[in-house]
Amino acid sequence: MKICYYPGCTLKTKAKELDRYARLSAEALGVTMEEIENWQCCGAVYPTARDEIATKLSAVRALDYAKHNGGKLLTLCSACHNVIKRVNDDMTNDENIRTKANNYLALDEAYAGETQVIHYLEMLRDIVGFDAIKEKVVNPIGKKIGAYYGCLLLRPGKVMAFDNPENPTIIEDFLQAIGATPVKYPMRNECCGAYVALKNENLPKERSKAIVKNAESHGAEMLVTACPLCLYNIQKNGGMPVVYFTELLAEALGVK
Amino acid sequence: MTRQDTLENIVRISGTDAKKCMKCGKCDGRCPAYNDMDVKPHQFVNYVAEGKLEKLLASHAIWNCLSCMACVERCPRGVAPQGVIEAVRDTVIRMQGNNGIKAEEIPPIVDEMIPQQLLVSAYRKYNK
Ligand code: SF4
Ligand code: SF4
Repeated sequence: MKICYYPGCTLKTKAKELDRYARLSAEALGVTMEEIENWQCCGAVYPTARDEIATKLSAVRALDYAKHNGGKLLTLCSACHNVIKRVNDDMTNDENIRTKANNYLALDEAYAGETQVIHYLEMLRDIVGFDAIKEKVVNPIGKKIGAYYGCLLLRPGKVMAFDNPENPTIIEDFLQAIGATPVKYPMRNECCGAYVALKNENLPKERSKAIVKNAESHGAEMLVTACPLCLYNIQKNGGMPVVYFTELLAEALGVK
Repeated sequence: MTRQDTLENIVRISGTDAKKCMKCGKCDGRCPAYNDMDVKPHQFVNYVAEGKLEKLLASHAIWNCLSCMACVERCPRGVAPQGVIEAVRDTVIRMQGNNGIKAEEIPPIVDEMIPQQLLVSAYRKYNK
């Protein structure tokens, strides 16, 4: 099957591996990711002020494109997923934002949240199926790995509807499917320190260290993430190997 | 804008009802930036409800909130402390000359590995 794909700015630059291994693995699993035309940066953070409109338009453009090209939009970067999914929720449920965004964009047909936003992990779970992945594994990973969820995939739980925000299992289930041993640790859904790195370096330093220490004490040898900013903060401050989940998937499927 | 207009605008763009807060402190309890906050998450909510505009606008905590949404997720009353903090920060940075980061501060911080996502996020959160 083919599915519209939104890569985002970082997957074209510092996080090329996240993108490349995702495409290779998807092909091996029978899914072709079709990059949407003329996508623009999503802005990386969802603006929560209720009067923000212009900062949401790039997400609406991508969503509208997908609406006319299969009705689904695949995301991979946690930040893009968070922004696009939440903007889609606004376009569905917030009349003020929907009206103003549509007035500005003047599309042939108003956009009202019709597109289904799917993160790559959800695609693996709900479209391909973890059992089907298991059957295609040629190099079981065989390591003790901690899933690092961070914030963006999970919260706010009501809108993201990704997994249980306080006790997620999707990445652990994924790790199991590729032959790794998932290690659960309490801080797996805590924040790495995010963009505050630019304002107060110390905060991400402390947060990332605490997360790695916590994962280590539960027996993890390495961490996986879907977020380039989490990877950066943890790699810089944590002292534990951290890789993109797609790299492990490609390795397990023998397409790396 | 008058003082009252500014307060009302913060309430409006925060998208949350500060009066529903029961001061349980759950938001503070799991806030990963707690130690770096002069005004704590529950205080943002209460200051809005009590109309303490000056305390809100003078807070340093607006620069340390990670928008991690832990407080929003865990509030038993459906209040969004992060929504209030962002509303206050936006109110500050929408005024001329109040941006949180200056372009000349960036190059010394940037290293080889820094992802675009970090720069874009920070600019969106701190500057207008
Ligand atoms: S968790 Fe909610 S109810 Fe409790 S203090 Fe924080 S905002 Fe108030
Ligand atoms: S969103 Fe901000 S205030 Fe709320 S828990 Fe996270 S860092 Fe603390």
